[in-house]
Amino acid sequence: MKTKKVAMLGLTIALAMIMSYIEALVPLSFAVPGIKMGLANIVIIFVLYKIGTKEAILVSLIRVILVSLLFSNVMAMAYSIAGAVLSLLVMWVLKKTDKFSVIGVSIAGGIMHNVGQIIMAVILLGTEQIALYLPVLIITGTATGVVIGIVAGLVINRFRNIRIG
Amino acid sequence: MGMFKDKKVRNDIILAIAVLVAAAGIWLGTELLKEDGAFAVVTVKGIETARYPLDTDAEIRLESENGGYNILIIKNGKADITDASCPDHVCVDQRAIGKTGEAITCLPNKTVITVEGPEEAEVDFVS
Repeated sequence: MKTKKVAMLGLTIALAMIMSYIEALVPLSFAVPGIKMGLANIVIIFVLYKIGTKEAILVSLIRVILVSLLFSNVMAMAYSIAGAVLSLLVMWVLKKTDKFSVIGVSIAGGIMHNVGQIIMAVILLGTEQIALYLPVLIITGTATGVVIGIVAGLVINRFRNIRIG
Repeated sequence: MGMFKDKKVRNDIILAIAVLVAAAGIWLGTELLKEDGAFAVVTVKGIETARYPLDTDAEIRLESENGGYNILIIKNGKADITDASCPDHVCVDQRAIGKTGEAITCLPNKTVITVEGPEEAEVDFVS
């Protein structure tokens, strides 16, 4: 791995962690229990589009592990990893079809992050009841996905003439 | 705005609508699957302590081990907490429940009221 890329990935992981930290400081849970903006996904989408798929997986997983250790607990890590993996997988597939803009990719990512966490909750808690919450999380995931997608698109656009990674 | 090409944004919108329709479908499906419950089941710290038939109106004072209480009212096939010792009164604010699977939770008193259908009644209770 080239030195420049190592530096770039370190930078983006740090940025993604800061996004997670800001989100922990300003919880949205008062509106709908358990929802998040997904600010870190701005960084993940940026890496996915500007650096590469493997690098996006790396940044996403390292972020989840570090943030869980720093700001929450190991139990939460299981949920976050399930969300992050499913989210990135679906975003990668949608990006590969080349039929959607960053906004569409981000919407899918936001929803799948929630779906992944629910699947993990059903596995760990053994209660299908929690799946009743899915419609609410799909709607909020779509809303946050649109916002995150627009921001990520603007950032990527600013970097259109700059080669990184 | 090179990132937001028209055709792709159109697909984005189709995706968003499809997903929201799916969400509405899931919600509608689960709402329709809910059935009228037969019992209000009281659970304290995960252990069932009592069950009351929803077809009989009643007013029950549920004592919890920390000296607190919840007033459970059963009326018109629905169970509701109308008063409680807990400071936040979240359980009191929750709506009356009558469909299977619905629940009212009082975290301070570690008390949960859930509605169960007739098929879940224990045999010795019925006999």
